[in-house]
Amino acid sequence: MSRRQSLQILKKFIPSITRCSTRSVTYMPRPGDGSTRKVTLIPGDGIGPLVTGAVEQVMDAMHAPIVFEKYDVHGDMKKIPEGVLESIRENKVCIKGGLMTPVGGGVSSLNVHLRKELDLYASLVHCFNVKGIQTRHDNVDIVVIRENSEGEYAGLEHEVVPGVVESLKVITKFCSERIAKYAFEYAYLNNRKKVTAVHKANIMKLADGLFLESCREIAAQYPTIEYNEIIVDNCCMQLVSKPEQFDVMVTPNLYGNLVSNVAAGIAGGTGVMPGGNVGPEHAVFEQGASAGNVGKLELVEQKKANPVALLLSSAMMLRHLQFPSFADRLETAVQHVIEEGKYRTKDLGGNSTTQQVVDAVLANLD
Amino acid sequence: MAAQFLRRAVGSHTSSSALRRQFSTGAPITATLFPGDGIGPEIAESVKQIFTAAQIPIDWEEHFVGKEVDPRTQSFLTWESLESVRRNKVGLKGPMATPIGKGHRSLNLTLRKELNLYANVRPCFSLPGYKTRYDDVDLVTIRENTEGEYSGLEHQVVRGVVESIKIITRQASLRVAEHAFQYAKAHGRKRVSAIHKANIMQKTDGLFLKCCREVAEKYPEIVYEEVVIDNCCMMLVKNPALFDVLVMPNLYGDIISDLCAGLIGGLGLTPSCNIGEGGIALAEAVHGSAPDIAGKNMANPTALLLSAVTMLRHLELNDKADQVQNAVLKTIAEGKYRTIDLGGKSSTTDFTNAICDNLGIGST
Repeated sequence: MSRRQSLQILKKFIPSITRCSTRSVTYMPRPGDGSTRKVTLIPGDGIGPLVTGAVEQVMDAMHAPIVFEKYDVHGDMKKIPEGVLESIRENKVCIKGGLMTPVGGGVSSLNVHLRKELDLYASLVHCFNVKGIQTRHDNVDIVVIRENSEGEYAGLEHEVVPGVVESLKVITKFCSERIAKYAFEYAYLNNRKKVTAVHKANIMKLADGLFLESCREIAAQYPTIEYNEIIVDNCCMQLVSKPEQFDVMVTPNLYGNLVSNVAAGIAGGTGVMPGGNVGPEHAVFEQGASAGNVGKLELVEQKKANPVALLLSSAMMLRHLQFPSFADRLETAVQHVIEEGKYRTKDLGGNSTTQQVVDAVLANLD
Repeated sequence: MAAQFLRRAVGSHTSSSALRRQFSTGAPITATLFPGDGIGPEIAESVKQIFTAAQIPIDWEEHFVGKEVDPRTQSFLTWESLESVRRNKVGLKGPMATPIGKGHRSLNLTLRKELNLYANVRPCFSLPGYKTRYDDVDLVTIRENTEGEYSGLEHQVVRGVVESIKIITRQASLRVAEHAFQYAKAHGRKRVSAIHKANIMQKTDGLFLKCCREVAEKYPEIVYEEVVIDNCCMMLVKNPALFDVLVMPNLYGDIISDLCAGLIGGLGLTPSCNIGEGGIALAEAVHGSAPDIAGKNMANPTALLLSAVTMLRHLELNDKADQVQNAVLKTIAEGKYRTIDLGGKSSTTDFTNAICDNLGIGST
């Protein structure tokens, strides 16, 4: 191996000191860390193929030890096609674009179906101010951890008599405990200080009451982490006025959906915030908030979707796969492009296409 | 901004009822007033003073929350109080603190159920001169207030598994949608957005949407759109100017209306009005009773005042409504007299007097 080549390889593992301040210690890979891992890739609908395409290009350019197994899935399919679930089950990790959900069409959301099938009970969205993006709020750094398997998304609905419809919200002790456990564990491992449970137990005394009871029990096992509770309507009001008070939030299904969108909105938009869904065995990474949103037709036609959210999600995925140096490089490059401000999509006040942003990121990969 | 005021000032032109006739003959209108608890009496006093100064022809019929549970209402609210609202059809309510304890209903719940208050209307607009992170808010949230997630139907299926039932009916959905469009038409609003989560709750929220669509057809001059609630949340915090009138089921309305209040500076500045069967309108301040500052002449009466303004608009006393509203906005914009919660030093009395002084200007 020539000297030059080995230097390049070495460079991959040594994060740039000038740009990356968070991880100044040299990453020393274990032998075999460079062997490739298979990851399932679902481009999805609408802007999905655009933004997953961005991820493919970046991974390729970084020589990240990942091979994608690509599957075509679309929101209007009756069920998830053969092989997809098997692939995710085998690979344990998947990255996907949004799948369109037809409104009121009698077809249940494939996004939800996938989560249920793989028991991805926790959804995580990280909402934070990105340097270089002007927002109305500063000091936002919130992680919303949302119960993903029950609650209002149980899908149990029926017409009682004509003109009267019922929908069941199911809350179980088991699911509430495991999401609370995940939230506290996350806070502990990531050195977060506070976990806030979001609820509406003043109205739904039994259902949200059970959720709170579970959170309190788990909180007692983590005495170093502060725990508090907030009613969902007040939570939204506080988020738009004093978001800096929140750290990690743990929520039942629907509230988490709303809270993560509010938090993403105040931090800079859903086009930027990364996230993913995890279960005991598998992890599926997607755009953090509004993951099921496949974008307007216009955005797809002009190829101007913002790839940042999914790029940052793929950095989360790299860390999840224990490739922290690749994650750092990717994040640093994305951060650099945003800060530079030359290539931004419309939602961030620019006019660039997806590909222009991707090219800028590629150029900034060291 | 001027255009916004004008729009609000245009007001209602739909002909209605005995109320207008009563006014045109010059006879004063009787309205029920619940001063409420904590800071309630002080801010109610402020409203009365300003209404007198503005020569608004309203006789207040004051009712207080009783000391004991009235068996006829199962609540601390007396039957006579409820009868007063039913008779007058208009009322204004300060903050009420429901005493803790069993065997009685919460005061707000009693009012809502007994008077069949089916819609909660909250006009939400940025106050000129009072700086928040958002200065372009001018929207109205209309919330269905009788069913949905607040049905109170819950049970434990087996140990550790709880079910809570959300109910959506055609009747209640049509009723609130109808009110939303009527409101939009009467107040010169251009657009009504139905907020939903029908991609997940296809039948319940689907029914709500279906009803909204049916009503929308009757109002071709008003633009109708449907927005998924999570997207709505995101759009609201990024650019609230995108919205005009929002209509939604109970829980979403609860969350969105408080979120909007947060955009403009909190519940202390947000007016609210409840619409009931048979044309009842009960305006209310939705903030708490703040017992810690009660009686100290520190409370901010803005929310109750602006609620009283919505009541005047309901009575089609639009000139008077504009006069009071402009005086409130002007006083806050001038910034000389502001209460402590708005970063000022004024007492409730000083703030109220300043509003009275501003009544003359800006009146038409």
